Amino acid sequence: MFRNQYDTDVTTWSPAGRLFQVEYAMEAVKQGSAAIGLRSKTHVVLACVNKANSELSSHQKKIFKVDDHIGVAIAGLTADGRVLSRYMRSECINYNYTYESPLPVGRLVVQLADKAQVCTQRSWKRPYGVGLLVGGLDESGAHLYYNCPSGNYFEYQAFAIGSRSQAAKTYLERRFENFTNSSREDLIKDALIATRETLQGEKLRSSICTIAVVGVEEPFHILDQDTVQKLIDAFEIVGQDEPPAAEPDVATEPGAAAEEGAGAGDGAGQGAVAEPDVAPMDI
Amino acid sequence: MESNQAKPGLLCNPEASQRTLYPYVTGTSVVALKYKDGILMAADMGGSYGSTLRYKSVERMKPIGKHSLLGASGEISDFQELLRYLDELILYDNMWDDGNSLGPKEVHNYLTRVMYNRRNKFNPLWNSLVLGGVKKGQKYLGMVSMIGVNFEDNHVATGFGNHLARPILRDEWHENLTFEEGVKLLEKCMRVLLYRDRSAVNKLQISKITEEGVTISQPYSLKTFWGFSAFENPTLGAEGSW
Repeated sequence: MFRNQYDTDVTTWSPAGRLFQVEYAMEAVKQGSAAIGLRSKTHVVLACVNKANSELSSHQKKIFKVDDHIGVAIAGLTADGRVLSRYMRSECINYNYTYESPLPVGRLVVQLADKAQVCTQRSWKRPYGVGLLVGGLDESGAHLYYNCPSGNYFEYQAFAIGSRSQAAKTYLERRFENFTNSSREDLIKDALIATRETLQGEKLRSSICTIAVVGVEEPFHILDQDTVQKLIDAFEIVGQDEPPAAEPDVATEPGAAAEEGAGAGDGAGQGAVAEPDVAPMDI
Repeated sequence: MESNQAKPGLLCNPEASQRTLYPYVTGTSVVALKYKDGILMAADMGGSYGSTLRYKSVERMKPIGKHSLLGASGEISDFQELLRYLDELILYDNMWDDGNSLGPKEVHNYLTRVMYNRRNKFNPLWNSLVLGGVKKGQKYLGMVSMIGVNFEDNHVATGFGNHLARPILRDEWHENLTFEEGVKLLEKCMRVLLYRDRSAVNKLQISKITEEGVTISQPYSLKTFWGFSAFENPTLGAEGSW
């Protein structure tokens, strides 16, 4: 029976040049329920899908406010996500104490990535099993970053992580070119639609998603459930299983469904999807 | 239980290290104001050893990073120490290489934290600091005292300047001072200080910071006239003076 000899600790290389433990951590991100982020010149919107562990329990919080100008959406091990959010909060507070100004988003992301990287190079540690979409606003404008367990980070116009995030990515890939000049409302709408794409036949309701916004003159905040439900109703975003012809807004949906299949293929070409032989860190 | 009070107290242990109790070589006032395009700052170049005018070309104004200008009065060596902290701060800031940079507001707050922290250790840096700067079209001018008191204003002055220059500035300063008017106003202040502050020397620099950067003038002197009757016989009518 074949057993992988190279995955017993994080610091062991495989002859193919891979670190299996790190790759497994990247898998943990994919298992978590989806988180989505998108930005315009002035705003960042974060969205996530809330899944309850059981019928009897409530869901876990997946979007955290870090500071007035920064927030995160997480996918993967929520417990690790909370630890990292606490770290980010404390970094922001300390920076603010010393300089009386908000910590630039890019710098926080680098510090976070460095923290994650250390865990990939110490035999007595384990990588964080969480992916973070960090959205924030600073002097240079709105930013959206993705931090992964491998210690890598990337800046995005729009991105989705977690289970079935490919569907959301496909939607975002089709639309992202217009995001730069989007209004706040349009961003939220796109966030909601992208969120819906990740649901499997389930209807989009405010009870299963969270939306947060940060922007110019708008400190980071999580929209309350009523507001989200009103937006869903206003945008007439319904579940995928309903006939798309019913809503004028998403009249292109039948085409979209077709594109989705193709999009997944394209995505792989662009390196958006992990090919089996490629280490997930290359994403 | 009984030894609590008998032990030599930490505060009066003669072997314990001594804090800074007084300054050695000091610089006198710094005066600064906002003008149309940025900040103007003036300071003379004297370094007094007690009441001896010991050093005559001490630069007391230095650029900090791209957007700030720092002027200091008080202990010169403490100022030099502070410049080393700031050099490191700016170096590490540049090392991020991400397009962000510390502006005057950030540097001012950093200085406040350093000064207040040192005073809390009962070992203050013996300076009054003036920090001016311009970033993204925003003019900034503030002060930090030896013990960490800090504020912003349109014009500031340290030491004797507080008593002799600020009243002049309050009368004559306005938002739209041109560069020439600003320099003239500063020279007026510096001349009064030169006449009435015994630590002031007649060799000064004026520096300017705008969006374009910092320029610090070559040292120069002010024209003076010591023939005023009050100067010629200062004790006349001052009862109780010698």
